[in-house]
Amino acid sequence: MMHLYLFTMFFRIGFFSFGGGLAMLPLIFQSVQDFGVMNAQEFSNLVALSQVTPGPIAVNAATYVGLNYAGVLGAATATLGVCLPSFLLMLIVMKFIDKFKESKGLEGAFLGIRPVTVGLIGAAAIFVAETVLVNGDLFSTKLFQEPSTYINLVPCLIFVVTLVLAGKFKVGPIKITILMAIIGAILCG
Amino acid sequence: MKDSRKQTFKTHGSLFWEFFKIGLFTIGGGMAMLPLIQKVVVEDRKWLGEEEMIDCVAISQSLPGAQVVSCAAYVGKRQCGLTGSIAAALGIIMPSFLIIIAVVTLLGTIGDNSYVNGAFTGIKAAVCGLVILSACKLGKQVMKGPFQWIMALLAFIAIGIFRVNALWAIVTGAVIGIFALLIRGKRGKKA
Repeated sequence: MMHLYLFTMFFRIGFFSFGGGLAMLPLIFQSVQDFGVMNAQEFSNLVALSQVTPGPIAVNAATYVGLNYAGVLGAATATLGVCLPSFLLMLIVMKFIDKFKESKGLEGAFLGIRPVTVGLIGAAAIFVAETVLVNGDLFSTKLFQEPSTYINLVPCLIFVVTLVLAGKFKVGPIKITILMAIIGAILCG
Repeated sequence: MKDSRKQTFKTHGSLFWEFFKIGLFTIGGGMAMLPLIQKVVVEDRKWLGEEEMIDCVAISQSLPGAQVVSCAAYVGKRQCGLTGSIAAALGIIMPSFLIIIAVVTLLGTIGDNSYVNGAFTGIKAAVCGLVILSACKLGKQVMKGPFQWIMALLAFIAIGIFRVNALWAIVTGAVIGIFALLIRGKRGKKA
């Protein structure tokens, strides 16, 4: 029963959380609280752990909760539950797309969606920047009022070096991630 | 017959392995995975073209749940059908699953370690640059004319500055795209 319960709980979380990643955490907290399986302290451990371990936050969270309440098998059930909605929905959408490939409507939709997605990816960089490069909103007058407290110098340097290494010298993302983790640990640690 | 079976087996293996690596090296989830997925899937393996990669990002962004899982499902399905999508999805899920189990059983929880925090500050700063470069690379294929530039710029401003939900931006984009095509079609007929 415990497993079925974990599975349905995380299936619901996977199905109803849009925006992914951190947007999911409040929903996870509400659900696990409703079922009385986790207190606030444990939840803050989960948030910290999800952010410093690789991979999708949803999977990290599901594995953590499942493991704590029903062992490794519980971790597997919870993870399966949280991943299944996005997996199945994607297959359904693909079927739909392949069926209407030739239609004018779909062609038009993608004509609009593609550039919007490019803008969206650009905007995602802003959200990441606000968690690390600056303190507060990126577009703020603080830049001119109090630049020394507003700008995080070392992360900004890492950002610029990344642009040069990856953009100009074609260094791969895995190498950059490892290199910048080491530099960050030394300079910001 | 035997050769083609061997080939399919190999493709499943590489789908699993490549997505395993992506899962292992993306920290923070969501868009942070994009630079690596784009490099592996578009540049190295040539599983998808740039335009299809953009479609894949747009769809997975519009679906609920973990974006990477939908993305893996898309790439896997295009290569080897249903079993391919299962291989890719398992690949992307496995690293975080195993790491969380290892960390919880070995350490109990994560303490507040300043070196670990410093390393993640470094990674996040790098991710920021990598995501911008991904937007440029993928954008090259898409930005063919003024319509695309205006749409991309509007989306960037709406989402980045006015914090419009990405899903609404994509839906609006689709509607505008359909109208644009209709208008273009009518003009074409007149001319």
